Amino acid sequence: MSIGHGAFMSVGAYTAANLANRLGAPWPVTLLAGGLMAALIGAIVGIPSLRIKGLYLAIATLAGQLIIEWTINHVTFISGGVQASIEVARPRLGSYVLSSQRDMYYFLLFFVVVAIVGTLNLMRTRVGRAFIAIRDQDIAAEIIGINIFRYKLLAFAISSFYAGVTGVLYTYFLGIANYEQFQIGVSIDYLAMIIIGGLGSVLGSIFGAIFVTLLPIVIRYAMEAFGGVFFEPQTVLNLIPNLRLMLFGALIIFFLIVEPEGLNRLWRNIRSYFRVWPFAY
Amino acid sequence: MSEFFGFFILLMSNGILIGLMYSLIALGFVLVYKATDAVNFAQGEFVMIAGFMAAGGLMVWGAPLWVAVLVALAAMVAFGFGLERVMLRRLIGRPVIAVVMATIGLASILRGLGPFTIFSGTKPLPLPIPDEPFILGPLFIPPIQLVGGLVSLGFLVAFGWFFLKSRKGIAMRAVADNQQVAMAMGIDVERYFGLAWAMTGIVSALGGILWGNLLGVDVNLALVGFKVFPVVILGGLDSIPGAIVGGLIVGIVENVAAGYIDPYVGGGTKDFAPYVLMIMALMIRPYGIFGKRIIERV
Repeated sequence: MSIGHGAFMSVGAYTAANLANRLGAPWPVTLLAGGLMAALIGAIVGIPSLRIKGLYLAIATLAGQLIIEWTINHVTFISGGVQASIEVARPRLGSYVLSSQRDMYYFLLFFVVVAIVGTLNLMRTRVGRAFIAIRDQDIAAEIIGINIFRYKLLAFAISSFYAGVTGVLYTYFLGIANYEQFQIGVSIDYLAMIIIGGLGSVLGSIFGAIFVTLLPIVIRYAMEAFGGVFFEPQTVLNLIPNLRLMLFGALIIFFLIVEPEGLNRLWRNIRSYFRVWPFAY
Repeated sequence: MSEFFGFFILLMSNGILIGLMYSLIALGFVLVYKATDAVNFAQGEFVMIAGFMAAGGLMVWGAPLWVAVLVALAAMVAFGFGLERVMLRRLIGRPVIAVVMATIGLASILRGLGPFTIFSGTKPLPLPIPDEPFILGPLFIPPIQLVGGLVSLGFLVAFGWFFLKSRKGIAMRAVADNQQVAMAMGIDVERYFGLAWAMTGIVSALGGILWGNLLGVDVNLALVGFKVFPVVILGGLDSIPGAIVGGLIVGIVENVAAGYIDPYVGGGTKDFAPYVLMIMALMIRPYGIFGKRIIERV
């Protein structure tokens, strides 16, 4: 459980942006470099995980987030100054420049699929099983001969690698690397995604991500349609982001109390209901 | 040499006073953790809405100061009780992380609430405290920080007495120690949980008023809450003296670091140094200076 993923994304994003602009590196290189850089920083942030866990670890990742945020923002070499943003050229495949929304969509979809397949398979390997053992009971895992320190750092590194790659892709998608995309609020959005989707499941995180991304769009349409009844048009625009924050918070709490396993569990319930449908029982 | 020394003393004294004000907020966090084992990631937001209420009463409705303070206190107490009843009671017995995430959600709600309340934009929260600092040799002591420090110390003594001597305080420690045994001894566990949250509400209300006076009341007031973590990690999550000592250390370190490092990096060391300190503390002594060690069995 980490509250620092926004920061790992930013590490990936800025690594890629700087490589692309200063050295003119093509996207496969920057993608990999961004991911690896994030993995390295993630492993460093993960070092305290050897001694602490649960709550203390969550707080440590929060500290990591704040420190990384501050460093990127204040070191001019990385970010180009306080609250500046770096422009990045569109990625190209061969000679074809991926410029339209649709091109980017397929470009990103490809990586999503790779990530999903990778994660699903990871859990069946020796490393994946070691992760599960450590999660369930780390002292017991150590006794049966799993090197906890190595695997914990590895888990941090892999998770941050994903975050870093996401940061790079997000940068290519937007065309700029900007400090504001990766603030603590982003980390909380991701938290909302996995809780709404269902903790510790790949399918759940997909559900959660879709839900969390669609929700603000729904809110915007709803507010534009009905908000004018209650408020001035200008106020409506100001209210939308706040309404979004409130709804996310409420959803996190709702799912934690009512359905801790999230949408993933609801989906399974629905599926098992229809499997025997019209003859329940 | 004496100029150098004077500068250092000045940084130290400001650090101590700011640190005591951090302690006040950290105290709210520690109270809840001590009594209910719940971790409140919304502590900064508690402080923020308390500030909103006091400033709203004072500036928008033009109520006299003591009314506004009382209203903020009463509202925060009610909020604490209500929150326990609606949200936290349902999470009893669930993993710590569930409570952490629920309070993060709560923080998000409270932060979004800001502009829905009676006003938006930064509001001053004037208190009848003079602005001119006391000057004692090399020291400049802003009165508001002095008041904040005294309030924190007052609470330290009051809560110390409460937990050590009073019947309710002893019951609360019993609840914290082992919920089932406490129930078997005839202690109404849920009531004490509510009480702990209400006490946090009181502390946060005072914190909100004092910090609101110092920084102005707006959504950014909640950022003070992040500073709670270095304080409680250093002092120990469940220790009231720890909150004070941790607050002092964080206040001194961030002021001294800012005084010496800021000129080289262009500011902002205050938002940086405490977290580095915290990571170091987590690596060396995760349970803090006064914290209770957790021993784990397989």
